[in-house]
Amino acid sequence: MDLNTRIKIGGLDLKNPVMTASGTFGYGPEFEDFIDINRLGGIVVKGTTLHHREGNAYPRMAETPSGMLNAVGLQNKGVDVFCKDIYPSIKHYDTNILVNVSGSTVEEYIETAARINELDHIPGIELNISCPNVKEGGMAFGTSCPSAVAVTHAVREVYKKTMVVKLSPNVTNIAEIAKAVQDVGADGVSLINTLLGIAVDAETRKPLLSTITGGLSGPAVKPVALRMVWQVSKAVNIPIIGMGGIMNATDAIEFMLAGASAIQVGTANFIDPTVSMKIVDGIEDYMRRHGVTDVNDLIGAMIED
Amino acid sequence: MNTDKKRAEDLTVVENRKINKDYYVLKLASKTDLPKIKAGQFVELLVEDTRNAFLRRPISIYDVQPECNSFELLIQIVGEGTQLMSQLQTGDTINTMYPLGNGFQTETKSKNILLVGGGVGLAPLLYLAKKLNDKGIRPKILLGGRAENNIIEIDNFEKYGDIFISTEDGSLGEKGFVTQHSVMNESIDKIYTCGPDPMMRAVGDIAFSKNIDCEVSLENMMACGIGACLCCVTDTKEGHKCVCTDGPVFNTNELKWNIA
Repeated sequence: MDLNTRIKIGGLDLKNPVMTASGTFGYGPEFEDFIDINRLGGIVVKGTTLHHREGNAYPRMAETPSGMLNAVGLQNKGVDVFCKDIYPSIKHYDTNILVNVSGSTVEEYIETAARINELDHIPGIELNISCPNVKEGGMAFGTSCPSAVAVTHAVREVYKKTMVVKLSPNVTNIAEIAKAVQDVGADGVSLINTLLGIAVDAETRKPLLSTITGGLSGPAVKPVALRMVWQVSKAVNIPIIGMGGIMNATDAIEFMLAGASAIQVGTANFIDPTVSMKIVDGIEDYMRRHGVTDVNDLIGAMIED
Repeated sequence: MNTDKKRAEDLTVVENRKINKDYYVLKLASKTDLPKIKAGQFVELLVEDTRNAFLRRPISIYDVQPECNSFELLIQIVGEGTQLMSQLQTGDTINTMYPLGNGFQTETKSKNILLVGGGVGLAPLLYLAKKLNDKGIRPKILLGGRAENNIIEIDNFEKYGDIFISTEDGSLGEKGFVTQHSVMNESIDKIYTCGPDPMMRAVGDIAFSKNIDCEVSLENMMACGIGACLCCVTDTKEGHKCVCTDGPVFNTNELKWNIA
């Protein structure tokens, strides 16, 4: 049986719907001992800002039932180091490399995106308006329509390739925000970023994270993520990249049925560095088992009588 | 095949040796030749079928038997993950990422070497002592713990070094913290240590005050083990560094411990 697993997201041509989520896959080389990066539909590299950021103080991670909280806080060396030192070592990958772009101000987003725009082998960005772990910017932009529109519109002016906007689940109506960024030129939306949470040690009466609050990820968030993908799919006509607790191919298929055109594997990369390959293979197995020749036929194919 | 690559592999349990109610040694074997393993490197073990032990468990490599394609892990039961793994039986398999981290720097001109292990922190020091023996160095080994039942595997360590013991309650060896032990006053030109964070900081302080080169193996909480998640960072003079890839071993002169 001949299978088509290719998916289009704006100008991106993915060989399959499987991408890796920002902040869970480094820049790619971290996983080269374990997998063939070129078999992925795409990778989204670590959140990148205009200036170097040290991130939050340790401890910045807490394990929780079926998940984890993180409060890394966008630690990265800044866009210039990315362009000069990191990009040359990954640009040969035969997959779509997206840079996750973040900032404290609209100007920082614009400047960072403009520099990424110059890199030939980066076909797109993921505009991060949903990081819950920084004091300024990040999620502050993604939790109201006017600010989400302002930053998306501003970056659209300078960024000419595919722009996906990563949405926060920490909102009352995520579909409204998805619609708003679509209207100012987003080529796609990715969701969900982490859910804001805290963890407390009852014995010491102290919070487990230096920042008190952090972002929850892992299977614990999957039903919420699926619900949000489904809601957004009813509100927009641009492609959705779904994520949130995907641990295996079945989870990935569920996100596509709920309306996602592609998926990102995040926290699962920490549990099994080879999981993304298993998901690529597992989607093909599912297609054969169900007689689905084109993976696009799975998008939004949940049966709602 | 580059045998020095990191792997994620189902390893077979060839022995699960109980030391006492709190500690056990898991011996794991691969079907193929092991990659080169350095003293001080660690593994990440996948605990299956539990909601609470969601992430892998990082565990120091205790000893290596390259001729049998096997290595040992000395594990203390501290929570659900280490409890479940203590029930593994010979013939079971466990998915293991290894070898991870940088390991101790064993290229040293020092001859008077002291290893200081606190509690289960002694684990990476056995293979280190063996490697030092290979270079003709027999180190002094100071084992510290709260009480006698935290001082384990003395017979094993004795083969590779001269043993000194301290317990906080005085039930074995000298009474007090490792830093109060009389061996600290002997002529030493290099210290390697692993144990609870306050103990390592105190050992680092002594090393700093006496101008002794000192390597510490940190035990920060971590998720991925391969430098991707940036969760396990420690603050160094060059900013945050990952304990899993830039460490777990750091020279104390890289850290900010001795800066007021």
